[in-house]
Amino acid sequence: MVSTLMYVALSAFLFVIGVLGVTLRKSALMVFMSVELMLNAANLALVAFANQWKSVDAQIMVFFVITIAAAEVAVGLALLVMIFRRKKTTDIDLMNTLRG
Amino acid sequence: MDLLLFGIPALVAIIGAIAMLLSRNAVHSALYLLLNFAAIAVLYLLLQAPFLFATQLIVYAGAIIVLFLFVVMLLGAERDEETTHANPWQNRGAFVGGILLLVELCMLYVRNPGTIPVSVDMNNGFAAPAEVAKALFTTHLLPFEIASFVLLTALIGVVVLHQRRS
Repeated sequence: MVSTLMYVALSAFLFVIGVLGVTLRKSALMVFMSVELMLNAANLALVAFANQWKSVDAQIMVFFVITIAAAEVAVGLALLVMIFRRKKTTDIDLMNTLRG
Repeated sequence: MDLLLFGIPALVAIIGAIAMLLSRNAVHSALYLLLNFAAIAVLYLLLQAPFLFATQLIVYAGAIIVLFLFVVMLLGAERDEETTHANPWQNRGAFVGGILLLVELCMLYVRNPGTIPVSVDMNNGFAAPAEVAKALFTTHLLPFEIASFVLLTALIGVVVLHQRRS
């Protein structure tokens, strides 16, 4: 029998890898992918808890997280393409001004 | 048997995540992320969430990864990126911070063993798609409508962002 603890530990591990990705990688695309990894880690923990308590509410929460993640990726990547058109780079160290 | 069923997708998820982090090529990273998403979808199935299993595969492994790959190839960002940061301490700081965060997250569960009971009963289908739909369209109807509005807003936002200004 696999305990919820193991799922939560896996979720924590994946979340930390996501945090490392956000801080270590320089390409804005890679930062985005790491953010998705963190969202997935949080979702995994939520589903594990839903299974623990036999409640469907946490799964509904995950459903909404997936919805918002899809919207976020669409807008974020559109912004990234706009920035790339102006600056010809996806390096986050070079995106240091709010004005274009 | 349960441990094996959990262990294989968990291992694949971890390998996918680490390979995504370490891969220098953005296309490879996106494909490793796909591996990670698929492994997590299998874990959802083990956690008796068949509806989320399908959603994860369709939305994450399907739509989001395709969008990522499309943008990576559109921008030509698949070439190697430089590894040096403007701030020379960022790499070391990231590792120290990451390890601290992992220790903290583990300590939370180690220090409060009572909050998470350690045995899970795996034999009832409390989250069959019909049950999820029932909860979604009765108790959580308002958030559902708001989510549709958020998606519409994102759609309009993307269209406005890419409008040609004359």
